[in-house]
Amino acid sequence: MNRTRFILLLLILFLTVCQGSERSIIVGSKPFTENYVLAELLCQLIESNTDYDVERKFGLEGTWMCFRALEIGEIDLYPEYTGTGALVILKSEDQKDQQFENLRNTFEERFGITWLEPFGFNNSWALVVPEVLAVERNLHTYSQLAEQTDLRAAFTHEFLERKDGWPGLQGAYGFQFEEVKGIRHSLAYSAIIEGTIEVMDAYVTDGEILQYDLRLLDDDRRFFPEYFAAPLVRLETLWEFPDLEGILNMFAGKIDNTKMQRLNLQANEAGGGYPRVVSHFLSKKGVEQQIGLAETRSSMILRQTGRHLFLTGLAVLMACVAGIPGGILMSRNRKAAISIMGFANVVQTIPSIALLGALIPLLGIGFKPAIVALFLYSILPILRNTYTGIVDIPKSLTEVADAQGLTPSQKLTYLELPQAAPVILAGIRTSTVICVGTGTLAAFIGSGGLGEPILAGISLNDTGLILSGAIPASLLALILDFILGRMAVAVNPNK
Amino acid sequence: MIRFDQVSKFYDSVPALRDFSLEAEKGETVVLLGLSGSGKTTTLRMVNGMVTPSSGQVMVREHAVSAWPLIELRRSIGYVIQEVGLFPHWTVAQNVGMLPKVVGWDVQKTRQRVKELLELVRLPYSNYARRYPSDLSGGEAQRVGVARALALKPDILLMDEPFGALDAITRQHTQTQFLQIKEEQNVTTLFVTHDIQEAFRIGDRIVIMKEGSMVEMGTPEALLENQESDYTRELLASVTLGFSGKEEKERTR
Repeated sequence: MNRTRFILLLLILFLTVCQGSERSIIVGSKPFTENYVLAELLCQLIESNTDYDVERKFGLEGTWMCFRALEIGEIDLYPEYTGTGALVILKSEDQKDQQFENLRNTFEERFGITWLEPFGFNNSWALVVPEVLAVERNLHTYSQLAEQTDLRAAFTHEFLERKDGWPGLQGAYGFQFEEVKGIRHSLAYSAIIEGTIEVMDAYVTDGEILQYDLRLLDDDRRFFPEYFAAPLVRLETLWEFPDLEGILNMFAGKIDNTKMQRLNLQANEAGGGYPRVVSHFLSKKGVEQQIGLAETRSSMILRQTGRHLFLTGLAVLMACVAGIPGGILMSRNRKAAISIMGFANVVQTIPSIALLGALIPLLGIGFKPAIVALFLYSILPILRNTYTGIVDIPKSLTEVADAQGLTPSQKLTYLELPQAAPVILAGIRTSTVICVGTGTLAAFIGSGGLGEPILAGISLNDTGLILSGAIPASLLALILDFILGRMAVAVNPNK
Repeated sequence: MIRFDQVSKFYDSVPALRDFSLEAEKGETVVLLGLSGSGKTTTLRMVNGMVTPSSGQVMVREHAVSAWPLIELRRSIGYVIQEVGLFPHWTVAQNVGMLPKVVGWDVQKTRQRVKELLELVRLPYSNYARRYPSDLSGGEAQRVGVARALALKPDILLMDEPFGALDAITRQHTQTQFLQIKEEQNVTTLFVTHDIQEAFRIGDRIVIMKEGSMVEMGTPEALLENQESDYTRELLASVTLGFSGKEEKERTR
């Protein structure tokens, strides 16, 4: 009775956590600077103009994960690009599908998701040359660039490969450069400053274009698809919060290429401090800021550590609730034990990212799949140690227990559990440490926790932000390992 | 008290015990003597249902073992093994008092019984009750093992080479003590050993076993006087019994 009540309590706790108490608007973002900035802008607009709670699930890994999260309602909105919507999400190369009205209609009909008004800038691919050279040779358009044959170009490998990149572009304009090679995007800027190349590909809104005095040339034959950024929102969310659409459209058409370049440049310099760049921008534009809006670094660390502890704690607790009885049952049926252990071992060898990815179609993103993945990783050591802890009890002890007429449950409580306790605890210890580590990866699917600052730091190239996730995570692992190690000594029955 | 009727046991068609019959009277000590692999332990473990016969029947107190509720049967039979098997995480008092507690005696009564039992095996309660098994010598541990086996006043005791791991002097002391206790408690004992001197010292009757079969059975005196089989003769010749086991036994009485 007691045990049943305990399990029920856990279940209720779990469900409460899954449901959340109050409905907040959840904003997602992709893991690169511009998308973080736009998502933060939308968040601050909502926070400044309404009383709604806003939850940020930034840095979701890639288009597919963001869109999937939006589709199943794990997030309410995120900034997306029209070209990506047509080419990646609809997988259509039809020019008509790329037109904004058509795109919006298709999305509404097919997904129940709509595009709000674009911010204004077009973050397409573009070719850039040094301003000095452009002035010297009077270069404004790609057609003019195509007349130059003594220039050296370096493009990213992806640009060189993609049909909508260099091969198509060359076909459209007939470029004949002296040299064309592949290079990493960040290195291309260094190369063009040093003067070893004259032409490179860039994103229109790259902050470096301003920083290094480069000129964007005009795609005068309209070869590149348009990549207008706009909020992608669930229709349901707009029904639920009727005033939201107007607020999210407040900056429609108000951010041109230069403004976005400048924001990106400032955000790159600020790293993890990009929310301040956004709030500064908004206050200049006359959007009144709520005081104390931005979270300090230390309170962020505290919050994410708490979240991390909760994630791993709940996963390990669930693994104990399932793993210890499981291990006991296995010790009663050794044949079944071998196959169960085999299965659990296989689960353990699945790379964590793959497991998290595999759970998305079943459980979506966020808390639930993270908990399930962490649970699956935690259960093996607990299962295995409970099993071996019981099976390895000296035969003389189990024989005496049987011969004296102990019932199986008396044997379990008087002999097996006390004797196996240190081994079981060692398993819990292993699980906990694995869980704290793997827990940081769960941020990929929007679970929160200390992985979130780590991932954001990687995307924003902010070492301080990376460390503010990595150091607490390591400390957490060390501290939990120490505490559980002490407990293992304390429960050792054979003093 | 205990009766074996033509009992056989096969493990995957390999015989461990063949066509074994024996009857032990109340208060009698029957020693099963033989080398390892002769089927002694298998025989012993059939009495409390730890091993089930392939054929034949084992009767305890006039009822077939297979008809007994297993837990009840086992709690009514004391069990002592060479490795002792005291629970290492429990004190001496907890180990000895386990079965009384399990069958629901109150704390006071259990404590009284534990005290009695420890006095019986000459381990003063005040000195030993709170010790853990790791603090005991081999002889002390085995005496605690005997005390534990007697906790619920069983009328049958199964002992599987109980003194096999003790050094020679301790073994003799413990044997002497066991004979006294056995006399007082009047329990029927099945005692397995490969030690010939021990067998002649302890046993009212000795069963000589070889490869799963009974070779010969008799009182120590009868066996010393006259051996029917070559195997018994060989076995007895391998040791020189310095004194008659019987004499020693008389003395302790």
